[in-house]
Amino acid sequence: MPPDPGRQPERTRLSWRRTALALTISYLLIVRMGLGEGRTGLILLLVGLVVWAVALTVLWPRVTPTGSRLGPGPALPVTALAVAAFALLGVMLSVHRLG
Amino acid sequence: MTPRTKPGTDNGPVFTRIRDWFDPTYLRDVGTRPDYRYTLANERTFLAWLRTALALVAGGLAAAQFLPELQPAYLRELIAIVLLALGALVAIRAVDHWARVQKSMRCDEDLPPSRFPAIMALAVGVGALALIGVVLFLGAPGR
Repeated sequence: MPPDPGRQPERTRLSWRRTALALTISYLLIVRMGLGEGRTGLILLLVGLVVWAVALTVLWPRVTPTGSRLGPGPALPVTALAVAAFALLGVMLSVHRLG
Repeated sequence: MTPRTKPGTDNGPVFTRIRDWFDPTYLRDVGTRPDYRYTLANERTFLAWLRTALALVAGGLAAAQFLPELQPAYLRELIAIVLLALGALVAIRAVDHWARVQKSMRCDEDLPPSRFPAIMALAVGVGALALIGVVLFLGAPGR
């Protein structure tokens, strides 16, 4: 790749890195909420773990210098759907707490 | 090369749009490749929207866990669920907008116009004002 004064690929990699971090922090909030909701909470936080693991696996090439030279593949829609799934898990936990 | 759907404002039925999110080869078939820097900028804009969505989701989860019970009843749950729903909406719309912008750039057309940022800004502003009103006139949290 020729020298790029804007360092676009590096900025994009760092942007993915920040997003992965934000995704992880949101998941930790789901864990905290799930632990207070008994068996249903435990099941929902395990579902969240699967969502988090799938998203991180799919998006990780975008964080590394070699992987980010390829196209984005399904990284964008999968990460967006993971965020929507976390929102849904949060709604289910809130509704469950209302009993 | 002929695009399989008319580009621009008409993006076809829902199924076609969802395929556009997942199928990079389809996006590669339309038009010509723009400067890779524009493609990467589009990707970073998507990521900025996604972090906005995550902030809304984290805000909803935090409201559900860290706020005391509010008056009127279920206000806390209402705040949490509205924030979470907004977060999901922003995330889904981010990937759809990314695909539409990518298609427009490949076809060398105007970028798709969007009212969404203005609507979001208004919704967040009006929501915050409404909550100020609730706290001032219906009692502070935890009373």
